[in-house]
Amino acid sequence: MTEPLWPALLGRFGWQDLPFVRAWADPSLSEIIGAGAGALVVVGGLAVVVLITWLGRWGYLWREWFTSLDHKRIGILYVVIAFTMLSRALVEAVLMRMQQAAAINAPGFIAPDHFAQLFTTHGSIMIFFMAMPFLTGAINYVMPLQIGARDVAFPLLNAVSLWLTAGAAGLMMVSLVIGRFSTGGWTGYPPYTELAFSPDVGPDYWIWAVTLGSIGTTLSGLNFAVTIYKLRCPGMTLMRMPMFVWTSLCTSILMIFAMPPLTVATALLALDRYLGFHFFTNDLGGNMMNYANLIWLFGHPEVYILILPAFGVYSEVIATFSSKELYGYTSLVIATMAIAVLSFTVWVHHFFTMGQSANINAVFGIATMTIGLPTGVKIYDWIWTMFRGRVRFSVSMLYSLAFMMTFVLGGLTGIILAFPPLDYLVHNTLFLVAHFHNMLIPGLLYGMLAGYHYWFPKAFGFRLDEKWGRISFGCWVVGFYLAFMPLYVLGAGGMTRRSQAVFEPAFRPWLYVAGVGALVLLSALASLFVQLWVSIRNREANRVPVGDPWNAGGLEWSIAAPPPEYNFAVIPTVNDRDPFHGDKADGDPYAPPKRYEAIAMPANSMTGPALGVLGAVTAFGLVWHMWWLAGFGLAAGIATIVARSFVRDLHRTIPAAEVARIDRHWRRDIRKAKPVGRAVEGTPANRGLAEVEA
Amino acid sequence: MPECSLIDRLSARVRRRSFRKRSPSLGSTRRRLATAIAATPLAFVGGCDVLRLGVANPAGPVAEAQWHLLLIVGAVLFFVAAPVLILTPIIAWHYRLGKKGNVYRPTWTFSWPLEGLIWIPPTGIVVGLGFVLWHYTIALDPYRPLPSTQPALEVQAVALDWKWLFIYPDQGAAAVNQMAIPVGRPVHVSLTSGTVMQSLLIPQLAGQIYAMAGMTTQLNFAANRPGTFRGQNTQFNGLGFQNQKFEVLAMPPDAFEAWVARARATARPLDPAALDGLMQKSVPPEPILYSSVPPDLFQTFIARTQEPSR
Repeated sequence: MTEPLWPALLGRFGWQDLPFVRAWADPSLSEIIGAGAGALVVVGGLAVVVLITWLGRWGYLWREWFTSLDHKRIGILYVVIAFTMLSRALVEAVLMRMQQAAAINAPGFIAPDHFAQLFTTHGSIMIFFMAMPFLTGAINYVMPLQIGARDVAFPLLNAVSLWLTAGAAGLMMVSLVIGRFSTGGWTGYPPYTELAFSPDVGPDYWIWAVTLGSIGTTLSGLNFAVTIYKLRCPGMTLMRMPMFVWTSLCTSILMIFAMPPLTVATALLALDRYLGFHFFTNDLGGNMMNYANLIWLFGHPEVYILILPAFGVYSEVIATFSSKELYGYTSLVIATMAIAVLSFTVWVHHFFTMGQSANINAVFGIATMTIGLPTGVKIYDWIWTMFRGRVRFSVSMLYSLAFMMTFVLGGLTGIILAFPPLDYLVHNTLFLVAHFHNMLIPGLLYGMLAGYHYWFPKAFGFRLDEKWGRISFGCWVVGFYLAFMPLYVLGAGGMTRRSQAVFEPAFRPWLYVAGVGALVLLSALASLFVQLWVSIRNREANRVPVGDPWNAGGLEWSIAAPPPEYNFAVIPTVNDRDPFHGDKADGDPYAPPKRYEAIAMPANSMTGPALGVLGAVTAFGLVWHMWWLAGFGLAAGIATIVARSFVRDLHRTIPAAEVARIDRHWRRDIRKAKPVGRAVEGTPANRGLAEVEA
Repeated sequence: MPECSLIDRLSARVRRRSFRKRSPSLGSTRRRLATAIAATPLAFVGGCDVLRLGVANPAGPVAEAQWHLLLIVGAVLFFVAAPVLILTPIIAWHYRLGKKGNVYRPTWTFSWPLEGLIWIPPTGIVVGLGFVLWHYTIALDPYRPLPSTQPALEVQAVALDWKWLFIYPDQGAAAVNQMAIPVGRPVHVSLTSGTVMQSLLIPQLAGQIYAMAGMTTQLNFAANRPGTFRGQNTQFNGLGFQNQKFEVLAMPPDAFEAWVARARATARPLDPAALDGLMQKSVPPEPILYSSVPPDLFQTFIARTQEPSR
């Protein structure tokens, strides 16, 4: 009787699906690394659980963080996910670089199958579970503060988005311990990912992780767009919005229109794999070209979903650290919108080599070059913003400068790739790999790190350590050049991407340098963690309770650091593009409100965490064909949504007296603080009160 | 690549020397490490080798035109990038906070002349490059037959896991992982896949095109000097992907005829048994020649996809 019971319970799970069992049976270095990664997930997860239990913080975490609908808490949790996943994906990148450097006419130490999983998870994680959470977290934290709102338009939906993303990221981690991941690359091209060629669980993990994440992102996009349209404070017209809000808006629009094609693509692939459909199979009329079009209809706007928020960060950072208003605001708005629109017109350049007519390729090639125009305009606008300013080389500013110079190089190789005849030569080679890393590392990672250093004091009330920030910055920049410039050369020499072994001795020196670069990048990440540790340790010296450590002009700087739950005791009214600069120039930036009123904030809800966990459980059941589990997860998820609709007490009211108490406490900090000039903003003298400059 | 020859000679000398230095008699690891570090920049001079494997060392009219185009685009882009690369550090440093006596205009936010400067010239460059792009995209369309007095050599390429099958329908021969072509005569390749999507690239001869099951794509190219050139699949297709390389033998016409004759004399027909073997996932250690090919084999591959597969 046990025979049919196991498959019914455990689906297609077998002991061989545990990396530990595989490593026991075949103790090769490749398997041991796999088992080690799985062990790290298990031990790390247990360690976190034990630590929280030992500290007795479960209640605190549950009340203040997991069930909180506060956009600031949700934003921070997104960034935590981003850093966690960045750590994993960067280690994977280092492993791949080491393997290629070791495997020149040699087997190396990572087996082909393991290598293929590494490049698939590296890409999938970096895009969906590092970049997306990072920028979503940044928008979540900053955008409502910048538009003078107390939360996003749909706080519960926000939590659902977060927890779907967390559930999907969790699924990625589970795939290290149970089973294996896809080997089909981050785009999951069929027919390779179809049952006929990849019958294992790998592509299913990929499909469901990406699907959960993409649903979360679509919901985030809707949430942000409505927030920006509807919740701006009085006086904040569209053309008074900070640049970061503009880029958030454009990114949200892109999310709304670009994520559904991805969800559709993965859903159709799932139909092929689960129900024997033939959308993208080789046989019975399936056609993978449809998949290529769908995935890149998402994939190209996705690039701008990733890059635009960073552009917004740079606009804020460069203006602030040049002590100037942003040059060419209107130009930047037009350029941002132009990029957002054009991003939907270029997707074919990802497959110039698919055999369509030369005219089609030419049209899409020219459209691709056209995107360079507004992007170039933005770079010059930032340069003119520094012109006749007073530039301070803070860590955020250093990232911005490194971005401008590095991004231009990536743009150049992008124009080269926009020429179909040149794309034919370097498509699918390391030249392409170098190009998109050259866009996304400066264009996303540097931007998010600049934002992290810029807004961290706002979020936590103390500045990050400057010295370690500079060390980390140096490593990110040097590491980038070392790791990726050689790849251009290798690509021009015809080295294909995703190669587990190399047979050209001429590639050797370049692969060695790229390997060193990868190690430098890893030390950059390590330095970031050291910086966080040092900063927390020295937090008392670096506190900026008044909330304006950089003498900036946006509304987010006009409130305490960290801000109170309700953000603004009184919703501000603005009549300027940099309202806080205006208030400071008028000499009365911290005028106390005439009277305090009770504020209604969204009450905590466990709907978000419940849906995230149930989403991941459903996905896990689907991956392993444990139909009972998938059914349970789905039913429980629907039950959760139904149950939530019966909850009537959706708000928690903060009494006026409490608001007054918090606000007056902050005003005491303001009175105690001495205003500091810009030359000493990096010292403990900076308590977040800026000296108004002449 | 004549520009490279001096560097090549230098680097060859360097490599000889560094081999000698790496002799085990050195003993101490630290000294060996120091030698390795000292040799690193020199090894880079030898890095020129890598470019000889790619389009920078073209061996046919298509790759030559592509290389030519790359030089044009590169030259234009140099002027596009230079202002940003120069202005960014200069302006940031010149207007640094600590420097006394700078003009400071915190509320200066717009200038029509500057706006014109950052919108109009780049637009002009994109329009100009657009014409170049259009011209070259049409001229270098992989489907476009090369102008020649000779008829093109027909080759049918079938992408398999993890190898390439090249069928010569007019010669009645076939080869796995070896494509012989006569120098100076255009080659017309029709591609399809007997498995997942793959992409055929011969960096020194022509850019790539996908091979997809149930569909035919085309590639035209030619070699203008004899030699052995590396071809490969660039689209990941499984565990043997990294090994899926083949050689293109560009040879004088009479040598090509001899190659065909040799293939036909192997007495190894591409019969159903041989075909079954090829359909298995494998990396053949050596190229294989076949003496005969069933008629319409290429069409058979395309038709396979109309039937349900197991």
